[in-house]
Amino acid sequence: MRGRTISPGKARGEALVSRQPIGFYGGVDPKTGMIIERGHELEGKCVKDKILVFPCGKGSTVGSYVIYGLKKNGVAPAAIVNRETETIVATGAILAGIPCVDGIDIDRIKTGDRLIVDADEGKVEFE
Amino acid sequence: MLAGEYGEVLERNFRLLVRLGDIYGADRMIPVGSVQVAGVSYKSIGDPGLEFLEDLADKGARVRVPTTLNPPGMDLEDWKQLGFPEDFAEKQLRIIAAFRKMGVMMTATCTPYLVGNLPRFREHLAWSESSAVSFANSVIGARTNREGGPSALASALCGVTPNYGLHLNENRQPTIVVDVKVELRHEADFGALGYHVGKTIEKGVPYFKGIKHADVDQLKALGAAMAASGAIALYHVEGITPEADLVNVEGLEKLEVDEGELRGAYEKLNTGEEPDIAILGCPHASLREIAKLAEKLEGKRLRKPLWICTARATKRAAEGMGLVDAIERAGGKVVADTCAVVAPIERMGFKCTAVNSGKAASYLPGFCKQAVVFRSIDEILGMMA
Repeated sequence: MRGRTISPGKARGEALVSRQPIGFYGGVDPKTGMIIERGHELEGKCVKDKILVFPCGKGSTVGSYVIYGLKKNGVAPAAIVNRETETIVATGAILAGIPCVDGIDIDRIKTGDRLIVDADEGKVEFE
Repeated sequence: MLAGEYGEVLERNFRLLVRLGDIYGADRMIPVGSVQVAGVSYKSIGDPGLEFLEDLADKGARVRVPTTLNPPGMDLEDWKQLGFPEDFAEKQLRIIAAFRKMGVMMTATCTPYLVGNLPRFREHLAWSESSAVSFANSVIGARTNREGGPSALASALCGVTPNYGLHLNENRQPTIVVDVKVELRHEADFGALGYHVGKTIEKGVPYFKGIKHADVDQLKALGAAMAASGAIALYHVEGITPEADLVNVEGLEKLEVDEGELRGAYEKLNTGEEPDIAILGCPHASLREIAKLAEKLEGKRLRKPLWICTARATKRAAEGMGLVDAIERAGGKVVADTCAVVAPIERMGFKCTAVNSGKAASYLPGFCKQAVVFRSIDEILGMMA
């Protein structure tokens, strides 16, 4: 699948897929990488080393700092794949140096799929 | 810069600007005359923001254009006497130290244009702080998008911003005419009007007709309220703002505002009855507003706390003129640096706050868990004295 480079880099790993948007501030714990938003479909899951797949970000702009914090604390996703990356996630991924691609048909991906992300080329492939 | 020859920090920040430019369809980068950085209060950015800023400062990031700072969550000198919590102060001072290390000017105000960061007409800027963005675009005719904290900081480090949105002539054209059929008496009326228009149109560029007179303080109140209740970054006022004569209003949709709409805005914003404290100066009070308050307080004795928030530079000037003494004699306080919205007032025992600002009235219920009394200054002083 071909999309657009938001933040460069390469990664491979297991997909963790959310059909709902993710709000990082108050939604993900920057210390542990656990999704803590009450009632979120990924509540209780950990984003560490996953290819985190979700349609788009939501919520507070402080979310960018949370994404940066995840990376700094060693619990960041290996890559982020979106349908459409908005500024909060784009800002966080770029500043943290997490590979990020958007413009991807994420409905074709399910949790547990093994993915190869080449964000330099804007590509996402099944392993 | 993208090749990384200026180091990793600059490379990532430049990449951020390039990507944001891609997302919004910018054709190139343009130099900016100044930057206003928001996301300063520990209450807003928390530990994630604090750690990000310290990291950036430690890696040697330095601003390359004049960069001014938004309000922190407390008075940076008198926080103890005013009752700000110690744990909060410790984190807040670390945030300030990180900005200082990066070379940011310690203005600590949402009104940089009143204390030394005054752009010129048509100057390109990268400002965050929605009320300052609105003022710079509308009252001065400078050009800035509504930047977020990180994108504004990236522009400060790189000296440029992507060329899109309000940097382009075509996006500065009005999208709706607002016909004001009611007389606006004071800042609170301008705030109520701004709240109503922002809430109603949500985004776009309103062109006001029927506002016969408005001073800088009133325009600051109007823009701030509109930027709080909607995503309004630019407005024009016929006969008053600099670009009003240069734009075309033919064939635009019209919104009429009369007495009823204004009253409706007051009703929506008033959620409390008995204020514990009155906080004026949102956006930060000008010297003229402080002088007016001092005059109104002459011979009065306040029964409840009253703050007027302002930039430290303005407070110094007010001190020199005896205005701070006059306000303190009546039992009020001139609070520098911080403001009602970004201070942790909900942790300081206040449950109901009186304000004369449409912006503060919009934000206080959510950000500070306050019931709000939204009135003119005269009415507020009547309740507090």
